[in-house]
Amino acid sequence: MQIATATLAELGAALRRREVSSEELTRAYLERIERLDPGLNCFVTVDAEGALAQARAADARLAAGDAGPLTGIPIAHKDIFCTDGLRTTCGSKMLANFVAPYDATAVAQLKQAGSVLLGKTNMDEFAMGSSNETSHFGPVRNPWDPARVPGGSSGGSAAAVAAGLAAATTGTDTGGSIRQPAALCGITGLKPTYGRVSRYGMIAFASSLDQGGPLARSAEDAALLLAAMAGFDPRDSTSVDAPVPDYAATLGDDLRGLRIGLPREYFGDGVDAGVAAAVAAALDELRRLGAETVELSLPNSHLSVPAYYVIAPAECSANLARFDGVRYGHRCADPVDLEDLYKRSRSEGFGAEVKRRIMIGTYALSAGYYDAYYLKAQRVRRLIRDDFSQAFARVDVIAGPTAPTPAFGLGEKADDPITMYLSDIFTIAANLAGLPGLSVPAGFVGGLPVGLQLIGDHFAEARLLNVAHRYQQVTDWHRQVPPGCV
Amino acid sequence: MHLDRDTVDRIAHLARLQLAEAEAEGYARHLSDILDFVAQLDDADTAGTEPLAHPLEVTQRLRDDVVTEPDQRARFQAQAPAVEDGLYLVPKVLD
Repeated sequence: MQIATATLAELGAALRRREVSSEELTRAYLERIERLDPGLNCFVTVDAEGALAQARAADARLAAGDAGPLTGIPIAHKDIFCTDGLRTTCGSKMLANFVAPYDATAVAQLKQAGSVLLGKTNMDEFAMGSSNETSHFGPVRNPWDPARVPGGSSGGSAAAVAAGLAAATTGTDTGGSIRQPAALCGITGLKPTYGRVSRYGMIAFASSLDQGGPLARSAEDAALLLAAMAGFDPRDSTSVDAPVPDYAATLGDDLRGLRIGLPREYFGDGVDAGVAAAVAAALDELRRLGAETVELSLPNSHLSVPAYYVIAPAECSANLARFDGVRYGHRCADPVDLEDLYKRSRSEGFGAEVKRRIMIGTYALSAGYYDAYYLKAQRVRRLIRDDFSQAFARVDVIAGPTAPTPAFGLGEKADDPITMYLSDIFTIAANLAGLPGLSVPAGFVGGLPVGLQLIGDHFAEARLLNVAHRYQQVTDWHRQVPPGCV
Repeated sequence: MHLDRDTVDRIAHLARLQLAEAEAEGYARHLSDILDFVAQLDDADTAGTEPLAHPLEVTQRLRDDVVTEPDQRARFQAQAPAVEDGLYLVPKVLD
């Protein structure tokens, strides 16, 4: 079996037929990590010993006939998910030595399903970034062109799947952090409905926007992972108590009669011509499968990035107040008093982008500015949500490019926050509205992958996975492997 | 908008951050750019539109007020930078 191209579904079938053991599979991934990761920097921590022990336990379950679809499958978690006993850094110097005393719910669920944890993937610091360049552990490189970024913030998770360093990975998406790197690395990434996957043990960035989800080679693989991760968790105060559908059961549903909305705001100037052409070709493919496309408007789209850059920093400034150098995390040397302890520990522990966002959020929430910034942004948030509600009265899904351009060069946008923020121009609205969004590989421009984004109504993950799966049955973009990673 | 140095220092203090002399100007410029960018929100007509705090408009659940966590103080404090006799250590607050 060719590991670099195998889907999780194929690997699971081979494991259950006992054609390969989980230990062999795990060793094969560890060998690939050792060989390829020095050039890519996808992993912050690799746990070879732990992974092999879990693989042997999975092999015992497989031998006993007690195996599910994920039993024995080697995966990796974004380093934002707390893992009991294994370091969790969140890409920050602040948590460079932090070992959580418990598992995140998503981690526990995937462990329970029998998956094998290879290690923790690199990310933008505290998930704040769109290029993976803000990580304390150095940038991740795009497997399709190591001079380019993998996207972010789940850049290590996306690049690891693209390079065949893990069968699948987890990520989190606050403004596009699963979908945008999935697009830039040529893989499938799903941000579920807000509240679908538990946030417990997922280090908080912006609590009303953060959502965990899968990054995988195919929609079918993403469905298998989501089935294990989704569900009500009493330990997440905004977890939604709604039944989890059988995502795999509807993957093959017919697309005839499906109505796909095309917001004109997603197809205007500012979209790279190659990206636009690839997306247009993907829409043709979906029409051949029986879908009907409908033009529509999301008139407040241009306000989504500005609203986000008030709301997300405001929530981040509150969430990151917990890092005080007292209970965990970095502490400065020889503090003279309490204020000095707080200020120097935080200033030394956080990188520049995190400090920028904390300060923007602090300003937006400060006396005299709260109404003008924070409440105004929340009112605009409702306008954006209402645009989608009206659209979903007419269509089943909304489609467009995931990102306006393919992967950009390392360092290209590093000193220009606004330009960097605009890489998420098509993904942020789904977070503000709490909607599920999926990026599916839809071709290449100049050797770099392009992603098609599908946005659904609340809890329509099954529909998004169904559309992506049918598309992947008639295309092979998701089967392509970066030249250096065969 | 251009945030002056005093305003940047005030924000940094509120956020309990300390900016090095050399980086303060860069923060002033980037923060000013970001505030100019988000000023686009002013053009939106939000008269009569209520703020949206949660995308699904659900409210926080309440649970029974009972102890659900076991005592893991020793494990938690193993993470702390400075502890003694089960207490977290900070610089002297009162003389």
